[in-house]
Amino acid sequence: MWPLIKLLPEKTNFRYVALAPVLCTLSLLACLASLYLTLVPFKPPCGGLNCGVDFRGGTLIEVSTKPKMVDVGKLREVVGAQNVGDVQVQAFGDETAAMVKFETPEGANASVVADRVKAAVSAAIPGISFERTEAVGAQVSGELLMKGVIALLAGIGLMLLYIWFRFGLTFGLGAVIALAHDVLLTFGLFAIFKLEFTLVAVGSILTIIGYSINDKIVVLDRVRENLRKYKRMPMRDLIDLSVNETLSRTIITGVTGLMALGVMAFYGGEALFAFAVAMAFGIVIGTYSSIYVAAPILILLGIGKREGAQAAKASDDSAVQLP
Amino acid sequence: MLNVAPWRIWLVIIVTIAGLVIAAPNFVPQSYRANIPVLKDLRPVNLGLDLQGGAYLMYEVDVAALQKQQLEGAVDDMARVLREAKPRISYTGRGVANGAARLRLVNPADAQRALQLLNTQVATDVQAGGFGRTEKSIVFTQTPDGLIEGRFSRVQIEQATRRAVDQSREVIMRRIDPGGVSETSVQRQGIDRIVVQAPGEQDPETLKRRIGQTARLTFHLVDYNVAPEDLAAGRVPPGTVLMPQDSPVEPFVPVKERALLSGDDLNSSSPSFDQQTNEPVVSFKFDSRGARIFGQITQQNVQRRFAVVLDGKVITAPNINEPILGGSGQISGNFTPESAKELSDLLNAGALPAPLTIIEQRAVKASLGQDAIEAGQKSTMIAGVLVLIFMLLAYGFLFGGISVVALVVNGVLILAAMSLTGAALTLPGVAGLILTLAVALDANVLIYERMRDELKAGRQPAIAIDAGFSRAMITIFDANITHLGAALLMMSLAPPGPVKGFAWTLTIGVFTSVFTAVLVTQLLVAWWFRATRPKRLPIH
Repeated sequence: MWPLIKLLPEKTNFRYVALAPVLCTLSLLACLASLYLTLVPFKPPCGGLNCGVDFRGGTLIEVSTKPKMVDVGKLREVVGAQNVGDVQVQAFGDETAAMVKFETPEGANASVVADRVKAAVSAAIPGISFERTEAVGAQVSGELLMKGVIALLAGIGLMLLYIWFRFGLTFGLGAVIALAHDVLLTFGLFAIFKLEFTLVAVGSILTIIGYSINDKIVVLDRVRENLRKYKRMPMRDLIDLSVNETLSRTIITGVTGLMALGVMAFYGGEALFAFAVAMAFGIVIGTYSSIYVAAPILILLGIGKREGAQAAKASDDSAVQLP
Repeated sequence: MLNVAPWRIWLVIIVTIAGLVIAAPNFVPQSYRANIPVLKDLRPVNLGLDLQGGAYLMYEVDVAALQKQQLEGAVDDMARVLREAKPRISYTGRGVANGAARLRLVNPADAQRALQLLNTQVATDVQAGGFGRTEKSIVFTQTPDGLIEGRFSRVQIEQATRRAVDQSREVIMRRIDPGGVSETSVQRQGIDRIVVQAPGEQDPETLKRRIGQTARLTFHLVDYNVAPEDLAAGRVPPGTVLMPQDSPVEPFVPVKERALLSGDDLNSSSPSFDQQTNEPVVSFKFDSRGARIFGQITQQNVQRRFAVVLDGKVITAPNINEPILGGSGQISGNFTPESAKELSDLLNAGALPAPLTIIEQRAVKASLGQDAIEAGQKSTMIAGVLVLIFMLLAYGFLFGGISVVALVVNGVLILAAMSLTGAALTLPGVAGLILTLAVALDANVLIYERMRDELKAGRQPAIAIDAGFSRAMITIFDANITHLGAALLMMSLAPPGPVKGFAWTLTIGVFTSVFTAVLVTQLLVAWWFRATRPKRLPIH
């Protein structure tokens, strides 16, 4: 019985690829839906994403009136009277704290406006304290958005190059399309639940990419190995075999990760919650896309069997000798 | 694989112990640490602003204002050169407009001579790129409508901006941290930006006030040739300006535009109290040149007034009762003891070469950060224990235990590397940490599963262990190389802040993970194997 690893069947024979046509279609639809949700309305800079001040510019202020409840109506009125755009006020936690967001008027300096609003709020609501202030100028937010997008694209591009170099082009395309799938769906998640999209969110998307690529390498590596081992096996069976062989690893690593993130989401406080949820989503989606996006693409691209075998051979020659 | 070379054993032992020592400040409270010699000088991990609280301010140097200032200087130089020319070249209407310093020659026939003089005496050679290529700092031209125009070259503007940013950076550092003790960092970013990061800063307002003030102190003579009715209407002769003053009796003072002396001529200043009225004042002392000029001016203008102007506002405009020859004096003007100290600190730190504007401001109260840390620590602890239990359940005490040891060593090494490099741990950095640990654990799982595959295929334990390591290694290597590449790329692209913090933890994590998952695990498995020579492995 113990260790529990012995409970896992020695050999599983799930026919993963048989479900691929259905699931690939669903994935494609989900990707399109995510793309739609992310882009529409076509309003720069963020479309359907609920961009934070990082990317949209403007000011976010977190206030606390502990132990009293926040008078949201009054707060909204005071901030609104300051001649700023699109004021949003929302109480959170135990309602002794609130989040205030507003846009900087055209041509004004975000920081100066933020200070003015804070002064007005302090005067109108005595005893209020400012827990957090973020004021981002329009120029900076544009740059941050630009740099964030470039970092994401360059990261994915680099992965493509490396997997191309190590596994061949078909494998590289498979992995990168699967990565793009993961990123798109994560954007969709942010759009559909109106989660705030900030620099920190970019960090969590990068983390998802990191986990996903790791998972893809494990599966693709096994496919490549089996391509060499079973020279005549049809690609479909070969993929089924490879996924079955790596299943115990997928389960153990996945469960460990989800478990740790579940704890983070529960006990990690407000700051870690969004992270933990996004990353847990990433683990699930990353594992799924290794099996149902990356692998079937090998078949779709008309494998590849020969190319994969060649890559396997090439990597034997160039195999990096590690301790 | 089971015969581990001695140098590897030593490497693992030394690195692990060093890691434990360097990471220790993160676990041992300051009060104990101070008594242990090795730990005394080590520091715990720097926490980012989102975790520790503090302020992040990004400033942009006002390049337009800087250029205007410099063009005004250039016009003065141009006028001087033409005046001193032999024979003298007369000009009218000098000024700055459209990004150019310009003046009009009285006799257009002088144009060639003027251009030549200006080119040799005002323009200097500046380095333009490498290879010793130089270009003129100012390009002088004659416009069709008879003006002589001087424009700064692109290289000159860029260099001047850089210089101004560097100077500003130094002034800011002197202002906020005269002793050089706090953790505040002031960095240049790009060409014209300065980022101030003050972890733990509780009062960003004061910080902003101290940084943002230009603090240009100037001394001017008061113009007595303005009739009261002109003054009321705001009409002043050329060369005189109306400067605002915090005084209901005299809200505007007409002063000569030209500053006789400035803050640059001061040697030092300090807050003190007036000996007669006992009100707070700022005392100052000129340097020798400043003292000489101040002496001359006060001698020539007894019973007249001069104005002390700070950033375009008159602080005080006292009467000169007698010549002041000692080179020291005091400024009085509705100060409180605190504001007197603030002004004297500003004067001691020097003026900013150009105004600064805040383009990004973030401030987090420490209490908010404290909550985040506590919740983070608690959840990390619980998650860690759960993972430990799960791994023990899944792979048994031995192999499960080994992977947990490897994981703990990994965590310690990451903490040590971060403490050593002074990199700040941010929230996304925590995510990077979790990812790193997940991938590191995955490496262990990969190795074990490989061993199990080999055992299933009927191999002997020794061979299975061997094959497990060497086969899994290829996968682990590929995974880590991709992470490293992505992390380095992000480091070079991302602006300072959360994403960079993420990339940095990831980079450190790649090295520590390969070290622990491979070397540490291998060493422990090999020791166990050689000690017991098992017939079968507990994971099969």
